[in-house]
Amino acid sequence: MIKTLFTFVFTVMLVGCVSSNNGTLYQQLNGKQGVEKLVESFINQIGHDEQILAYFKQSNVAHFRQGFITHLCSVTDGPCEYKGDNMVDIHTGMNISKKDFNRVVELLINAMDEQQIPQTVQNKILSRLAPLRPEIIDI
Amino acid sequence: MKHLNWLFGLTFIVFTSSGFAASGKLLATPGVSQVEGSAGGGIVPWAQLAGYASDDEIALNGFCSRANVSDYRLDVCGAQLNVYDRVEFSYAEQRFEVPALNTDIEQSITGAKVRLYGDIVYSKWPQLSLGVQHKSLDDGSIASLLGAKDTSGTDIYLAASKLHLGALAGYNWFWNTTFRYSDANQLGLLGFGGPDSDKKLLFEASTAVFLTHEIALGVEYRVKSNNLGLGEQDWQDVFVAWFPNKYVSITAAWLDLGSIAGAEDQTGWYLSVTGYW
Repeated sequence: MIKTLFTFVFTVMLVGCVSSNNGTLYQQLNGKQGVEKLVESFINQIGHDEQILAYFKQSNVAHFRQGFITHLCSVTDGPCEYKGDNMVDIHTGMNISKKDFNRVVELLINAMDEQQIPQTVQNKILSRLAPLRPEIIDI
Repeated sequence: MKHLNWLFGLTFIVFTSSGFAASGKLLATPGVSQVEGSAGGGIVPWAQLAGYASDDEIALNGFCSRANVSDYRLDVCGAQLNVYDRVEFSYAEQRFEVPALNTDIEQSITGAKVRLYGDIVYSKWPQLSLGVQHKSLDDGSIASLLGAKDTSGTDIYLAASKLHLGALAGYNWFWNTTFRYSDANQLGLLGFGGPDSDKKLLFEASTAVFLTHEIALGVEYRVKSNNLGLGEQDWQDVFVAWFPNKYVSITAAWLDLGSIAGAEDQTGWYLSVTGYW
């Protein structure tokens, strides 16, 4: 019994390993249109979260929208190059805690759920953004 | 279990009245509660500290678990306190029922775990923690009868764990490995050490894949030593853990615990519920 289950679990994992995806992450996000919709959802999520909205009190929403669209496009191998302010400059002085960083991650996940982005694409986007954390928190 | 009821009651009152709940970690990342009370899987303690406390929060969790195998049943309830995601304190009470002998063996376990390095999601290297579990049998007569040297003992373990985002064709992959220095016989329920056996370094491991944000499917393996010469065997399980929100998790597992005190092929099910404040 237990051996069968072990075999099953490892098979699931192996199948996971070999199954392949088509196109760039940007294409899997449905390109420009998909990225724009996602960022719109994300901004909407932030607007309804008091804890996080506080950080955006001084921000220009249009500037943030355009910056994040280009950044996401670039991070997902889309045809864009992010030339905006670097992460450290943007977040210096904001003193963002680990807790609030994770809250923003959750808001992005909510936005991706709202846009019905598949689980696997969501995870891959998060894995591209996660390494930016040291340039964002506690500065 | 009297102390635990008090602790749960008090905790419930304090935390519900203050409306407090730690929420600084991502869903599911603290893991669940293992049978000795530490944050972990079902049978292996993991490097994560219990509960959703971030580095400026305190978390308190309570759990109860039941393992039902061919000839025995184990009931465990316990609690964990996470202070600033740096230190975890835990306490658990186990009741091991042996219907054939119409007897119960009870053991209490006090634990502590310190996070030495990292974060299972974000750090480059795995999160690393050092833990200790002090175990004490209420009545050591069965352990002594079977040839155990002691009726209380202390395990020390070093655990490393990591969650790889999107690593398995886009699904999140988790693994943990633990090295435990222990002379416990069947968790300590059958005492500590044996006629000519001392503490050993034992390997334990878990791995899981997240099918959704809320559901993880995994396996665990725990090497055991055979101090009493009763054919104690390694433990293994296959589990499904469900994290519907940051307040509760439910884990179901299929266990294969091998031979216990001469009774072979101890397989059966496991169910565990953890509440998080």
